Amino acid sequence: MHRLRHPLERPEFEEFSALSGINFEIPFGEAVGIIGRNGAGKSTLLKVLTRITAPTTGRIELGGRVGSLLEVGTGFHPELTGRENIFLNGALLGMRRSEITRRFDEIVDFSGVAKFLETPVKRYSSGMYVRLAFSVAAHLETEILAIDEVLAVGDAEFRNKSLAKMRDVAKDGRTVLYVSHQMATVTALCTQAIFLAGGKLVHSGSVDDVLEMYRDSFETVAQTTAVASRRPGTGELRASDVRVADTIFTSVDDKVIEIDVPANLESIGSYFISCHINDANGIVITKCDSRLVEAWFDPEHDQQVQLTVSGIWFAPGRYTIDVFICRMGILDAWEGAATFEVLPELPYPETMNDEAIQGALVLSDFEYARR
Amino acid sequence: MSKIVITPPRRLNLPKWRELWEAREVAYRFGQRDVILRYRQTAVGVIWVLLQPLVAAGVFSIVFGNLAGLPTDGVPYFLFSYVGMLAWNFFNGLVSRASGSLVANQALVAKVFFPRMLVPLSSVFAVLLDFLVALALGIVLLFVYGVNPGWGFLLMPVWLMCLLLFSLGLSLAASALMVKYRDVMYVIPWVLQIGLYATPIAYSLSAVPEGFRWLFYANPLAWIIELVRGSLLGTTPSQVWLAPAAILVSVVVAFLGVLVFQSREREFADLI
Repeated sequence: MHRLRHPLERPEFEEFSALSGINFEIPFGEAVGIIGRNGAGKSTLLKVLTRITAPTTGRIELGGRVGSLLEVGTGFHPELTGRENIFLNGALLGMRRSEITRRFDEIVDFSGVAKFLETPVKRYSSGMYVRLAFSVAAHLETEILAIDEVLAVGDAEFRNKSLAKMRDVAKDGRTVLYVSHQMATVTALCTQAIFLAGGKLVHSGSVDDVLEMYRDSFETVAQTTAVASRRPGTGELRASDVRVADTIFTSVDDKVIEIDVPANLESIGSYFISCHINDANGIVITKCDSRLVEAWFDPEHDQQVQLTVSGIWFAPGRYTIDVFICRMGILDAWEGAATFEVLPELPYPETMNDEAIQGALVLSDFEYARR
Repeated sequence: MSKIVITPPRRLNLPKWRELWEAREVAYRFGQRDVILRYRQTAVGVIWVLLQPLVAAGVFSIVFGNLAGLPTDGVPYFLFSYVGMLAWNFFNGLVSRASGSLVANQALVAKVFFPRMLVPLSSVFAVLLDFLVALALGIVLLFVYGVNPGWGFLLMPVWLMCLLLFSLGLSLAASALMVKYRDVMYVIPWVLQIGLYATPIAYSLSAVPEGFRWLFYANPLAWIIELVRGSLLGTTPSQVWLAPAAILVSVVVAFLGVLVFQSREREFADLI
């Protein structure tokens, strides 16, 4: 309404630097993971390095062409055929025509859509679409390759194939920059890592060191979000307290989480709560959205909500809980509202060393039977 | 191995011509995409290109030639307005396509790096193709009506170049401004609609009363269209200064368009 009444008034804005004081050097042939929490500036860094946006200050020197493998399928036009799209997308990503023609067969082979080259891609299944798009990008011959969370596409088989392809790229002596939330692919792919927090470079070094710092960073976030007014969300309602009944559980225990939301008489309409449980790597293990179980809450009364999570066996480790209070949008987003620990005491009859469960996100109740 | 240095852009940010040239494949592919898309899944395909100026010229000759009886300096009215429409369609097509091109390719501009200027520039392909097809038909019409354009016909590419530069300059500036101000999107069709009647296309400048004529001479597009028409129909342009002025203005407009575009380029990915 305000904008309608005063159409010529300029909206006020505050200046925001997404990145500052970033200083690092990457030798040729390294695969570097860029790690940080949401909003740490990872994608901005990649955008500046790939020249999508220009920096306001500073200097970047690149030892060659940069190809970016950002979102899969940008640059694909649904009406064009597979063949036409390969050429269009290849050109967009910086390939010369001769390069594309030379590698055309390889691209088609890798994608496995050879039969449908003359079909407009709008008729492709989403899997085929993604495979073709990835194949074009993966065959870029630029000296530097920037990747933003795209390896998580397609089915498991294609994902492994892509990961292997990316590893080959790095082995060829080309430089790979990789942004991801998935720690598993960073460890699998990268030889070095950079840790960003709040737009600043915190650490640059080995993958293990950086991952360690990344895990620790979850605790500092919990401290800053404890003050309700500093949390994101409209603030119409704010959770006043989130508690875990016990801060230490075993894998099989029911996890009981208590959430207090004070009333706000001015807030109209019932709201729902979504609770995310993240593991130490920041991977969301489960989302407990109250809409799924038809639980809605009335803002006219103080609410003391008890959430019981059962039915998964958490792997030993540290977990953080994010609480979101939502109606049409997010009213309160409290990341790291509480933490709990799951004891390294396995719920199985035999005691084994860690290796038996290493890398598993969750444990399960299973049985082997001879038939 | 070539080394690339990225620094904050300077105030006067001239395009890197070499980079543009190296990425010409992108413009070519965009152009190809436009052309293919236009005629894929249409029943009569390329015939649309011929139909548009023919029908427009036909309507004009009925309304303005027969009903209003506007003078055409002795040229058959249909031919007169066909040639006018030919030049106008080029201008109109390029400005309306190119000015919206950045916004139409939002996803690309925000996600992939390539010289941004190629996006509006690539609109030239489809528009030029239309123009050439319609021009070929125009030449056939010249024979049909028995009009001999004379040696002036050889200057046609020069005036076409002027028209191209002039239209591109405006389009580049408009496309860059549209990234931030979508108002441009609403203004352009409106201006183009008025322009069709405000520019001497359906009538010749001699039909305009003396007192108003300066107003029409203030429109550089009128100069270029008169020159194009002169070279195709063998008429003499009404003023001697039209030719040098048209060349000068189109070069200046193109240059200014490039400057406006470049000065805004750095914010495209953030604002679009």
